[in-house]
Amino acid sequence: MTAVTETRTSTARVRRRGDRSRAASVGLHATLIVASVIAVFPVLWVLLTSLKPAAYATTTDFFKDPTLANYTKLLQDTPFLTWFGNSLLIAGLTTVLGVFIAATTGYAVSRFRFPGKRGLMWTLLITQMFPMAVLIVPLYNIMSDLGLLNQAAGLVITYLTIAVPFCAWMMKGFFDTIPREIDESGMVDGLTPFGTFWRLILPLAKPGLAVTAFYSFVTAWGEVAYASAFMVGDENLTLAGGLQKFVNQYGAQWGPMTAASVLIAIPAAIVFLFAQRHLVTGVSAGAVKG
Amino acid sequence: MAVHTGQSVAKAAGDPEVTRGRSRGTGKPPGGLRRSLSTHWYAWAMVAPVVAVIGVIVGYPLVRGIYLSLTDANERNVERNIGVNHLPATYEFVGLDNYADALTGGQFMSTLGWTLVWTVSCVGLTFALGLGLANILNRRIAGRSAYRMMLILPWAVPGFVSVFAWRFLYNEDRGFLNKLLAGGGFDAVPWLNDPTWAKFSVIAVNIWLGVPFMLVALLGGLQSIPGEMYEAAEMDGAGPWQRFRHITMPGLRSVSTTVILLSTIWTFNMFPVIFLLTRGGPGEATQILVTQAYKFSFEISPRDFALSSTWGVLILLLLMIFAVVYQRVLRKQGDTW
Repeated sequence: MTAVTETRTSTARVRRRGDRSRAASVGLHATLIVASVIAVFPVLWVLLTSLKPAAYATTTDFFKDPTLANYTKLLQDTPFLTWFGNSLLIAGLTTVLGVFIAATTGYAVSRFRFPGKRGLMWTLLITQMFPMAVLIVPLYNIMSDLGLLNQAAGLVITYLTIAVPFCAWMMKGFFDTIPREIDESGMVDGLTPFGTFWRLILPLAKPGLAVTAFYSFVTAWGEVAYASAFMVGDENLTLAGGLQKFVNQYGAQWGPMTAASVLIAIPAAIVFLFAQRHLVTGVSAGAVKG
Repeated sequence: MAVHTGQSVAKAAGDPEVTRGRSRGTGKPPGGLRRSLSTHWYAWAMVAPVVAVIGVIVGYPLVRGIYLSLTDANERNVERNIGVNHLPATYEFVGLDNYADALTGGQFMSTLGWTLVWTVSCVGLTFALGLGLANILNRRIAGRSAYRMMLILPWAVPGFVSVFAWRFLYNEDRGFLNKLLAGGGFDAVPWLNDPTWAKFSVIAVNIWLGVPFMLVALLGGLQSIPGEMYEAAEMDGAGPWQRFRHITMPGLRSVSTTVILLSTIWTFNMFPVIFLLTRGGPGEATQILVTQAYKFSFEISPRDFALSSTWGVLILLLLMIFAVVYQRVLRKQGDTW
């Protein structure tokens, strides 16, 4: 936007605002290229290694007899698919429930003045600080009393406590940017407060929902500590736990392990691609208004 | 009568549960209370799921954790089942002994020292790099969206996968980094096997993981600064540094205070990077407070629940003090956060 207006208004000027000397341009591009290479290389290297025959896994060649042998071995000889299913189930449930709960909470905090609101906001913030070290033992005991150890439900509930406080703050930021007049018009037309929220406000807050969904999914997909402590036995592990077992048990078999890494990264990257358009607005709206 | 009303209003401002219970108890609820229930039940219903989840999964374990930190509970004396025999708990209340031991003993303090170094260097460098890159990306530059895509890639990949990728690169005998060095005629670097190098390596990985979040947040902040302000400053003859100092920095203030607070808390408790990269080793060189506390309750024998909880409570206290001080300082500087 600004770029367009600038070019139109300032053709008379010799050197426009934002124009750079050639040296400056080269410097900027060089910086960006170096940073991008550092950002991309570790991931790319894993991808390239997964396509090499296992015997050449630690060579420095970028390509060497490309093959899918690592993938077939991984899928046939290890419980990888079971772990994958477990993770997908847990992350999916966390996302759906997390988005719903965070949205209702964010809306209530953004629109209503009610006793306990300040306390709730503080609790949400402080919950962020809870080290899992203080919670993990008691939580382990509760889960075992409730029979939720080794159950997907146990981990889903745990992950909600990690994801929801942050998401609720972000959703509050989003709802704050939606004019109150919309709520009022809904009320005038005879909608209940919940109807207003569901029919009018939620559709407008789609970018916020995308960011919230992304955050919940990634939290659940990549969590390590609780997953390692609560889930035991090959058939119950999530990917985070499974991959660790994989390294220890099968020694340093980098071939199948890199293949596993690639397959784990793909769902997260897909979710990321969907959410990333809204990510910039999301994080900054939550941060600025939060 | 007036006194009664005043009291119930004061109550109503506090915990909703208390209010409700009280209104039932008095038999004839004061008008103000009934009104507050009928106007606020909607808001309360909407936040109820969060309150319930946090209460059960965070509140109770927290209270229980604090209690455990005041006992000498470990694997051998807690309530447990061995076969068909049920053994009752035999641990005892020891008051603040655990805290005294932790604060006077060397282990907590030295771990805390490294945790602080780790947090400050990670947050500082991540913020600096994120700010620099965001400033470059905020200009008109060819291939901007492609650069942005690549730079936020580390965020798209699950953390534990990235950490494995780095472990693969760091591998002392056959990792890519050392092969690269060997190609240039340098000796192999013990990336994860030497205490000093290991500290450097874990910080590097955490920065790599953290920059995308900073970048995205700060870029959002930069884009919300109106371009007219820069034009006006340029008219008045402000140079690039002055524009950065007096327009960019103040404009980014609210975003940066939030992301610095969040990322300090996250880094202080950053479990996966340390746990998966070095397990706290070599020795205990890279052990931060959280990983050490986890080790106490899951990896040593007998598992020491009391010590682990004590460290956990201390971590929580440190972070709360930090958040309060941080907010005070901000408020003193005129922020209304």
